[in-house]
Formats: sequence, structure tokens, C-alpha cells
Amino acid sequence: MTALPQDPAPTTPPVSKAGYLVEMRDVSVSFGGVHAVNGVSINLRPGEVLGLVGGNGAGKSTLMKVLSGAQPPDSGQILIGGEPAAIHNPRDARTYGIECIYQTLALADNLHAPANVFLGRELVRRSGVLDDSAMEDATRKLMGRLNPRFRNFRGAVQSLSGGQRQSVAIARAIHFNATILIMDEPTAALGPAETAQVRDLIRQLKDEGLGIFLISHDIHDVFDLSDRISVMYHGEIVGTVNRDDVTTDQVLAMIILGKKPEEVTAEELEALHASG
Amino acid sequence: MSEILTPSPSVGDRLRQLPQAGRGVVRSADIDTRLLGLVAALVIIWVGFNIASGGTFLTARNLWNLSVQSASIGIMATGMVLVIVSRNIDLSVGAMLGFVGYTMAMAQTVWLPQALGLGLGHPLIWILSVAIGLVLGLGIGALQGFVIAYGFIPSFIVTLGGLLAWRGLIFQYAQGQTIAPLDTTFRLLGGGPQGSLGEVGSWIVGIIGVVAVLIGLVLLRRRQARYGFQVRPIWATVAIGVVATVAILGAVWVANSYPWPEQLAIQYAEANGIEIPPGGLVIPTGIAYPVLIMIGVAILMTHLAERRRFGRNVYAIGGNPQAAELSGINTKRTIMLVFAIMGLLAGVSAIVQTARLNAAVTGLGVTNELDVISAAVIGGSSFAGGIGTIPGAVLGAVVMQSLRSGMVLLRVDSPTQDIVVGIVLVAAVGFDAWLRRRST
Repeated sequence: MTALPQDPAPTTPPVSKAGYLVEMRDVSVSFGGVHAVNGVSINLRPGEVLGLVGGNGAGKSTLMKVLSGAQPPDSGQILIGGEPAAIHNPRDARTYGIECIYQTLALADNLHAPANVFLGRELVRRSGVLDDSAMEDATRKLMGRLNPRFRNFRGAVQSLSGGQRQSVAIARAIHFNATILIMDEPTAALGPAETAQVRDLIRQLKDEGLGIFLISHDIHDVFDLSDRISVMYHGEIVGTVNRDDVTTDQVLAMIILGKKPEEVTAEELEALHASG
Repeated sequence: MSEILTPSPSVGDRLRQLPQAGRGVVRSADIDTRLLGLVAALVIIWVGFNIASGGTFLTARNLWNLSVQSASIGIMATGMVLVIVSRNIDLSVGAMLGFVGYTMAMAQTVWLPQALGLGLGHPLIWILSVAIGLVLGLGIGALQGFVIAYGFIPSFIVTLGGLLAWRGLIFQYAQGQTIAPLDTTFRLLGGGPQGSLGEVGSWIVGIIGVVAVLIGLVLLRRRQARYGFQVRPIWATVAIGVVATVAILGAVWVANSYPWPEQLAIQYAEANGIEIPPGGLVIPTGIAYPVLIMIGVAILMTHLAERRRFGRNVYAIGGNPQAAELSGINTKRTIMLVFAIMGLLAGVSAIVQTARLNAAVTGLGVTNELDVISAAVIGGSSFAGGIGTIPGAVLGAVVMQSLRSGMVLLRVDSPTQDIVVGIVLVAAVGFDAWLRRRST
């Protein structure tokens, strides 16, 4: 991965006066009586990786689905570059430069790689006919940088390996000049070599000035890649900490106990160590 | 010992490698193997029936009839492919066809002549009737599609309701009456000797088809080469071009080899003052209009399915509905359009069937939905979604009709025909599933 996998030169994204790319304010989502996300505020700067961690059902994915337009919030506000943004569906999110790589990858297994990269944004010629050759060409160039060993451009993505499928999902997210990238468990299904590749890519995108939300179960991934870490617990933010100010133990305690480091008692910490 | 451990390749081994080699040729030629299998099945069926019937199956007359009989189901099967690909089903096509057909018959025999004061046989009558049929079909399909997509009611239920409702409406306003005869120009759309292109017209259509195929092959090569992609080997392009040319011109030749019935030819000669040559007057029939309509529909639908954003989105929805939604595809509108197109095609088939019958009967289109779904499924459409081709469905319709027509020639009774077609349907899908499991 030598060159930057974005087509035109990255434009400087709009930021708020405080320097934020995205601000989510007091966002709530409930399913029936359950508060999946409860009054959460979170923000992201350009060139920053924000690790979003928490146990199962903590509300990380739901929060990110609000941002990507897949889940309308019950209340709350989203600001993009300091301006209120109306995000009602994935199409809206894309117009704000928000791209999401879902844990499930969200690929149409019956279609080939170029069709998946351009899903919902197909290139057409002036006559309105699909320009499959141009889409294949763009996908080849993209893959040449993302995953040079990728060869199968005309077979259904069903027949690809986990890493190759991941490459397709990533290619789709970054081809359209995203400024805000959401990655939901990007390395969960990958082998060691492919995981390393994805980590390199995240650093590279960060250097380009993208803001990245990184959801991961892997605390080491999060510590290696993130600038700040937000911990969610039962639909609420326990706290947001600078990576350099905390230890993995402290973050683990936040995830499991749902308390900030200074609130955790010595006994609780001991009990945690005894059980872990 | 070493000879036993490493035997030289036996004849059996070499034979086993043969299909492998064949598969290599097909792969490098970039041909749809599923379609090829369907063509092979069709050849076997045709040759088998020809032998069993003592040579009456592969005659110009029978093949011409077969083409006309396949047209109505073939037209609707192209729409059913998109319905099935998008993980839906339409059980109402037969009832829609009946309802639209009946309405068109009423329009041209009662409403238009009376309301507009047009005399019977006025050219506007058949044009308006056709327009009414198409708009009505489109409207009914769109209505059902709207309920399915925006009302979140499964298509099985909505179209089952449609089947009952549209059929019920026919009985209600037809009161069991048959409406006949229909407009004389409208009737031509159903085929028959006069409802055909004739010799010269058929050759012209055939030559246009050949030229279009050849230009398409050249353009594809040029486009792929421009981007530096892997291009079909030149022998494969040439072979495909030759096969397509022979197939198209062969079909025209067969259609032109079927002459008008003698009585009709004599009547025609007398009416037009043509002298009947010694040995009788031979007027080639040529390609029937319904067949021409089916070919046109199949080309348009293939274009829509494979070369347009809409088609790509339908396949994406079938492959992974969530992914399609998340990628910003308007899935609801797309599904509604799929059903609208299905309704429109039921309207087209209604034109063909009523015109062919020269009447509208209350039983028009009954059980057509089963034939249409069978044709699409035999043609390779999968209820799992995302898989199916338009040419496959048209071939599926021809396979179904070939079985029926062949069994009629062999004087097999109707219940036995149904049993055979039923078994073939299940066997075809089972075979397809088995092939797919092996290939992945």
C-alpha cells in the first residue's frame, strides 16, 4: 500500500469552530422500551481515529447506524462541520461524506466486485447504459493499491475469501472521497496478514485527514490505532479518554464495570483481575 | 510395484478429463454454461420427440406452431425473472391477463365503437384497445407492487389476493359471456398466416438481427481492449458470431418453410387477382407477430436487466436486501417497478392470447401463472433471489411448450402431460441445485 487509495486529491473537509468534523449531540434510540442509545454525545476531528468500545449490546453499532443513516434516532442532533445535518437514510449520509463499512460487509453476494463497489452509485454512459468497463477499470485501479493480489473482477463476490470480500467493502467506502469513515469490526473476520493490512490502511486514511470511527471488540486494535477511546455501557457513554492517558486495564474496567477510572474502587479492580 | 502405484492414465481417466477440457473451452469463450445446458436439453427433447413421433416433430409446421404457442408464456416469463430475482413471486399474472384481455375485448367490440362512434374495423379501435390493455396491465401491476413495497405485505399474499380478485371481477362483469369476434386488425397480433411477417419481412428481420449481433460482438471486444481487459479469444468471438448467424437465419428459414394453408392461399389469390401457378400457390408464412413481440420484449428486458441501473439494483436487492438498502438503493420504488413491469407484460400477453383466440373467454389465462413461474425456474431463476436470466426464462418457456407439444403429437392425454411437466419442473430445479452445490 504505497499510494493513497483515493481518486482525486482529498479536499479539506469542513470543520466546526472547535475543530470537529462530526458532533453527535444527545442522541437517543430506543427499541420498544429498551434504550439502545441514551442521550449520547460524541465528536470526531479530521485525521483522528476514535475507538468506540463496549460490551455486546452497549449501543456502539446502533449509534453508528444513526450516523450512517441506517437507523433514524428518536431524538438528538448531528452536526457536520458545525452545521446541523439532516440524515434520514444512507443516501443522505453519503452526501455528507459519511461512509460505513458494516460488520456484515453488506455485499450483494451474487454480483461481482465492481458492481459491489459501485452499488447504488453505478456509473452510466450518457445513454443511461451501465458503464461496466469503466467500473471494472476503476475497481482494478483501486484494488491495485488496496489488495494487489485481488484478481477476480468478474466472478460473484460469494466465491471470494474473507479478506478479499473485506477489500471490496473497503474499496466501496473509500472510492467516493469519504471524509468520515465508520468501520464496524473491520478485522473480526480476517487472518493475521489481512488484519495487518487493514491496520496499515486505517493509519494511511487517518494521515489523509479522514475522521474514523472504529468499533472493535479487540482492545489491542483499539489501543494501536485510536487517538481517543469512547467507552459505551448500557446505551450511554461512560467516558471518552485520550489513548495516551490510560492503560488497557483501565479501559477494560470501563467496559466491564461501566465506571470511569477514577470512580473504580480498588476492590472492584481486584475482583476484575481475579476473574479475568 | 511402481507400475501399480503410478498407473499410466487409463482410457477411463482420459475420458473423465474430457468434460474438463470442454469446460475449459466454454470458460475461455466466456459463455453462460447454464444457458448452454438449457439449449442442450432442448436439443435432446426435440430430437427425442422427433424420433418417437416418426419425424413429425421437427417439421416447419410444428416448429412454427411451437414458436407461437411459446410466445405468450415467454413474454410474461421475462418479467417473472425480475420478480423472482428480487425474492418475490407473482401469482396473479394469469388473472391479470384474463382481466386485461376481457377489458380489451369489451373495449373494441362495445365501448369504443359505441362511445366514440367509430365504425367496426376503424384503425383507431385496435390501437386504442392495445393502449388500454397496456396501461391497464401497468396500472394493476403498479398497484400490487405499491401494496407489496410500501404496505410491507408479502408478494405471495398480495398476488394471491390479486389472483382471486381479478378473476372474480372478470366473472362479475362478463356474466359467463364469451366476447367474439374481435377487431380484424387486432386479431393479426395473435399470429396465424396473415398475422406473420411473410417471406421478405422475415429475412429483413433476420438480417437486422445478424448485423446487430455481429456489431455487438465487435463493440464488446473493442471496449474491453480499450481498457486493457482480458478479451475473448478471437476464435471464440468468431465461433459465437457464426453460431448466432446460423441460428437466426436458420430460424427464419424454418418460419419461411411453413406455407399458408392451401385453402387460404387460394382465397387470397382470388381476392387479389393472383394467378395460381401449376403445382399450387406457395406463400411462405414467416415469423409470426406474437413471436416477433416476444423477441422484442426479451431483448428489451435483457437490456433492462443487464445494462441498466434499474436491473442492477433488482439483482442487488435479490442478492442482499439489507446491503441494497444500505447502499442507498431505493428498494421500495424498485420493487414496485418490478411488479408494474410484470403487469405491463401480462397486458402484452393478454393482447397476444385474445388476438389468437379471436375472443375473450372467462377462463382466459387460467393457470398461466404456473406455466410462467415454471418457465422462469426451468430457465435458472432461483427463489433464493439474485439469480436468473431473461434468455433462460424464454428458453424455459420453449422447453415447457416443447414438452407439451411433443406429447400432444404422441397422443399423450392431458393429465399425463401435467404429470410429466410437473416431474420435469422438479427434476430441473433439483439438477440445477445439484450443479450449483458442486461448482461452489
